Amino acid sequence: MRFFLEVLISGLLSGVMYSLVALGFVLIYKASGVFNFAQGAMVYLAALSVVGCMEKGVPLWLAIILAFIIMTLFGIATEKFVLRKLVNQPPITLFMATIGLAFFIEGLAPMVFGSDPRALDIGIVDEPIEAILNSWGMVISKFDLVAAAIAALLVTTLALFFQYTRIGRALRAVADDHQAALSIGIPLQHIWAIVWGVAGFVALVAGMLWGARNGVQFALTFTALKALPVLIIGGFTSVPGAIVGGLIIGASEKLAEIYLPPLMESAFGGNFGGIEGWFPYVLALGFLLIRPEGLFGEKHIDRV
Amino acid sequence: MLYREAGQFKSSYAADQQLFPIRQDRIGVILLLVVAFVVVPMVAGDYWFSAILIPFLIFALAALGLNLLTGYAGQLSLGSAAFMAVGAYAAYNFQLRIDGLPMVLSFALAGLTAAGVGILFGLPSLWIKGFYLAVATLAAQFFIVWCLTKFPWFSNHSSSGVISTQKITFFGYVVASPREKYLLVLTLVTVLALAAKNLVRSSTGRAWMAVRDMDVAAEVIGIRLMPTKLLAFAVSSFYCGVAGALYAFCYLGSVEPDGFSLDMSFRILFMIIIGGMGSILGSFLGAAFILLLPIFLDITLPALAGLLGLPFSNATVSHIQILVFGALIMFFLIVEPHGLARLWQIAKEKLRLWPFPH
Repeated sequence: MRFFLEVLISGLLSGVMYSLVALGFVLIYKASGVFNFAQGAMVYLAALSVVGCMEKGVPLWLAIILAFIIMTLFGIATEKFVLRKLVNQPPITLFMATIGLAFFIEGLAPMVFGSDPRALDIGIVDEPIEAILNSWGMVISKFDLVAAAIAALLVTTLALFFQYTRIGRALRAVADDHQAALSIGIPLQHIWAIVWGVAGFVALVAGMLWGARNGVQFALTFTALKALPVLIIGGFTSVPGAIVGGLIIGASEKLAEIYLPPLMESAFGGNFGGIEGWFPYVLALGFLLIRPEGLFGEKHIDRV
Repeated sequence: MLYREAGQFKSSYAADQQLFPIRQDRIGVILLLVVAFVVVPMVAGDYWFSAILIPFLIFALAALGLNLLTGYAGQLSLGSAAFMAVGAYAAYNFQLRIDGLPMVLSFALAGLTAAGVGILFGLPSLWIKGFYLAVATLAAQFFIVWCLTKFPWFSNHSSSGVISTQKITFFGYVVASPREKYLLVLTLVTVLALAAKNLVRSSTGRAWMAVRDMDVAAEVIGIRLMPTKLLAFAVSSFYCGVAGALYAFCYLGSVEPDGFSLDMSFRILFMIIIGGMGSILGSFLGAAFILLLPIFLDITLPALAGLLGLPFSNATVSHIQILVFGALIMFFLIVEPHGLARLWQIAKEKLRLWPFPH
């Protein structure tokens, strides 16, 4: 039981990291209807620019600010040079353009900052918390806990930003109906630039946490693949959905990884490691059977 | 002047409904086939066959399969490489386990196996669509590759799932040289491409296009969605499966499941975007473009760097390759969202009028 709890908690905490990436997807999808496949590449770019700046002798806080500026500029450039030209194209075309964007970043980022894997030290150590280890006998990483706290802080900030600021209201209006928002004088292009900036910021946070944990390397781009089933479960348009979806995926993935292979091995024989590659997707498929629009997604009604 | 159908009267239904109704098109296709079947084997060297022509034809076939599903039936799929893997492993196993099975038959069976798996993973398309479906097909991509790696039966208990394909024989005749393999692949691709061309103008193809344009409307006018969508998945996976079998048997000779990665699925997707969605010709143009671009960049970039006197390392060249690749995809989508096939169509319209302005 104690072991089960330990696996569950570490799964939930790593699920928070998935949520962080999924959050970036949701923000852009909500505001512009673009399914941004380049979010994983943006995570990579953000982490690389922090590391790259620090290698030039810049202190951490300044590197973060510089990386934030880079991500914002990048977001604005994307909006100006790619998305604005693709207005009124079907969503599938926009989606493919973001795949192209992902390739572009994956070529550009290592060319500017170097491609060798590097460690990113943001001052949090990845070691078990002693109090819990002593009294409960469970290994809970301090790093995971801090990451979860940062994620919670980020989500709360975003929620408040969306709810109470002028820009946040404009964002929600645009998400609701582009044309109606335009007709009451909300500048659509500014809003999109802001959304890409915010998504860049989320990517920066995700990139720093993932980078500090696993090292800054090309594999960071695969975080996007981890986030997709989270989106399916949570719904493409829901911020809380991204969080809940991440928790579900994280916990079930860890539990499946521990408890499923022995079952399968006793049934078929052989070695069945590595199921975390597909398990979240199959789980997401199962969810689709019951709720095609995700847990918190909006129900889609088709009209002829 | 040259490309004008004026004066070509159709006096029978058969003439009116033939595959290429315009005489110039017919002559063009026949010329192309003659060049591909006769001239190319006479002039091309082994490098051209095994490094460019064979992979081009195989990927064109896979792109054709995906185009039937995505371009015609409107179901976005990110798992085409996995269906190719199914085809490759199925062909290998049919050859291995059934003695004396003719090669062509085992390719066909490989295609059918892939079609079966395709129907299975196409089932979610009945209740979801768009991006949700795309993510669902990712499940196929990861799950199939994992299965082929983890169940040793599929690869006949070889280490890490690598299979080395058997010799290709045709009624006792061994197909071994790159030239013979090229001819084999070319024959199969030609037959399947013509079949696809015919299929998309049949009632099946029209039903697919109706579903693509708006599935609710299609349902209202009496197209049954379930058989239509599942057939699209089956036919598409059949093409991908045959392409996968050819990829293993005629191109690489030995493949592992991880070779059929998500990256490959994306490349096939790019082929149909750049070539043109909903176009048979586009699949070929796109495959040529995506395969030739890296080779072209490989040759020109170091030369360009030398010209400018910049110190380019190999790593930088590969990064620039990815960067240019991504930039070109965005560029194409912005400039010509309908792909290279659309450019060809525009050229044909211009040709009809040439040399007159109107």
